[in-house]
Amino acid sequence: MAEVTGIKEYIKPENLVYTRTKLMTENVLHYCPGCGHSTAHRILAEVIDEEGLQSETIGVCPVGCSVFLYNYIDVDVQEAAHGRAPAVATAVKRLMPDKFVFTYQGDGDLAAIGTAETIHSCNRGENILIIFINNGIYGMTGGQMAPTTLEGMKTATCPYGRDVKLMGYPLKITEIVATLPGTYYVTRQSVHTPANVRKTKKAIKKAVQYQKLNKGTCFIEIVSNCPSGWKMTPVQANKWMEENMFAKYPLGDIKTPVE
Amino acid sequence: MEKELRLMKGNEAIAEAAIRAGADGYFGYPITPQSEILEYLMEANPMNTTGMVVLQAESELAAINMVYGGAACGKRVMTSSSSPGISLKQEGITYIAGAELPCLIVNVVRGGPGLGTIQPAQSDYFQAVKGGGHGDYHLIVLAPASVQEMADFVDLSFELAFKYRNPVMILSDGAIGQMMEKVWLSPQKERSKVAPDWATTGKPTTRKHNIITSLELDPNVQEAFNEKLVRKYNKIREEEVRFEEFQCEDAEYLLVAYGTSARVCQKSVQLARQQGIKVGLLRPITLFPFPYKKIGALAGRVKGMLSVEMSAGQMVEDVLLSVNGKVPVFHFGRMGGIVTTPEEVVENLKSKFLKG
Repeated sequence: MAEVTGIKEYIKPENLVYTRTKLMTENVLHYCPGCGHSTAHRILAEVIDEEGLQSETIGVCPVGCSVFLYNYIDVDVQEAAHGRAPAVATAVKRLMPDKFVFTYQGDGDLAAIGTAETIHSCNRGENILIIFINNGIYGMTGGQMAPTTLEGMKTATCPYGRDVKLMGYPLKITEIVATLPGTYYVTRQSVHTPANVRKTKKAIKKAVQYQKLNKGTCFIEIVSNCPSGWKMTPVQANKWMEENMFAKYPLGDIKTPVE
Repeated sequence: MEKELRLMKGNEAIAEAAIRAGADGYFGYPITPQSEILEYLMEANPMNTTGMVVLQAESELAAINMVYGGAACGKRVMTSSSSPGISLKQEGITYIAGAELPCLIVNVVRGGPGLGTIQPAQSDYFQAVKGGGHGDYHLIVLAPASVQEMADFVDLSFELAFKYRNPVMILSDGAIGQMMEKVWLSPQKERSKVAPDWATTGKPTTRKHNIITSLELDPNVQEAFNEKLVRKYNKIREEEVRFEEFQCEDAEYLLVAYGTSARVCQKSVQLARQQGIKVGLLRPITLFPFPYKKIGALAGRVKGMLSVEMSAGQMVEDVLLSVNGKVPVFHFGRMGGIVTTPEEVVENLKSKFLKG
């Protein structure tokens, strides 16, 4: 019989492969199992930590599932009214131009009720980072149709599927803001696999650098899931996302800086 | 530093006073009859002198939410608009009240409802004083009656806003906004370099992270917060009532009027006294808190009161509450953008109280 050694022998700094993100608070996340918000929060917190920006960061969170972002990331945060985060962040950045300012918004918040604020803050080239979580549904209010809901997709307010003739088409707002001269870096990512997590984190790091250089608005869409709203298991949701959401909202950079 | 004498429109006076009060930011959207505020600030370009940010927003909604963001950083920020624009701002105003943020909102009132008219009115009294947005909250409401007060109340508003962590509204009207008078302007104040301890300025290692929000899902915690707001409003009611008396000492009848109507009523008092009718004027300067006690005390000395407003009768409800049935109270007012004349007020007073 092989000699049984205590697990404590393996708990050494050189064996550490994963740790709780330093800037994530001890609060238990309220997100549903499999939801992309937790991962998106974590990598944002990691970037803020790794860039040494905790004392320089002011976040603006939306109305929606991520309304409680301020409970989880240990930075100063303002909670905005529904859709108004880019307007709020505009003033924060203009009054405190040396700070790192981000908004974190869902699809209903950013692409429906807040469309004007989104378009105009991007058009003014506000020197902020907008993180846009697109899961094609209103999660917090119980799974209603969002501007990004796919054609034919069933939600609580389009129970027979989204009929684009009656309800309009899925809005590709990220492509719209990419056409505006005020945006500097526009990309669409996801956080459903380790490889995608790394790519998204890299995109956030780029946006941080661009903001330091006063380059204009950086806009990162994260196509995500909503297992509860989609009425799927987390695994099914990610598969459905890959097959359907990515077809409409293909991943990759949409507007990259001309260096 | 001495005060400077200038001839200015009320709207211009507000703008210049904002710069001189050391305001950090103004966020606005054009609407008649107050667009001069934004225009003046854009021309003055205070970014080059005091560092004050001036921005034309895409809507009143965006402008008030910019105010929210700036106020949450502990900055002295303001917006201005006129009635339809102020209606749009109500969402932001209730969030600002709910997050206990200090700021200044200027309403240069025009007639309504709806798109109404661009002429002066006082028909936004209820909206300003009784709520406007949803939820239990109050603004501190100041009613200037001259271009001088348009200027003076800017600094006073910021002082009160920060003292109580509460939004303050200057409730003006199109007449005071547009008319020109001489105004003594205060010397330039420096912009504040210190942020309040609650402000979101970036979290240093020495404190917990600051969160600015009006959200609370636990009803017990929310109720405790509502009770805290009530205590604050009660303190404001105790300590911040402001009013002006005009020939009230021997008055048998009292006019109650604010803003432009108060200016008109000063003349009415003179006209009435020339006719041998002893009339006085009580001018509320703060509409919230309202001078209930003062008007209640005067009710014991006069035979009746007339609330004069450019509205269908809004402040009259607060006068009635003050008087509590002791003497008759009536309302007189013109609407739709028409400013009452002093003679009309006297005639109306006579018809109400001195028939036969």
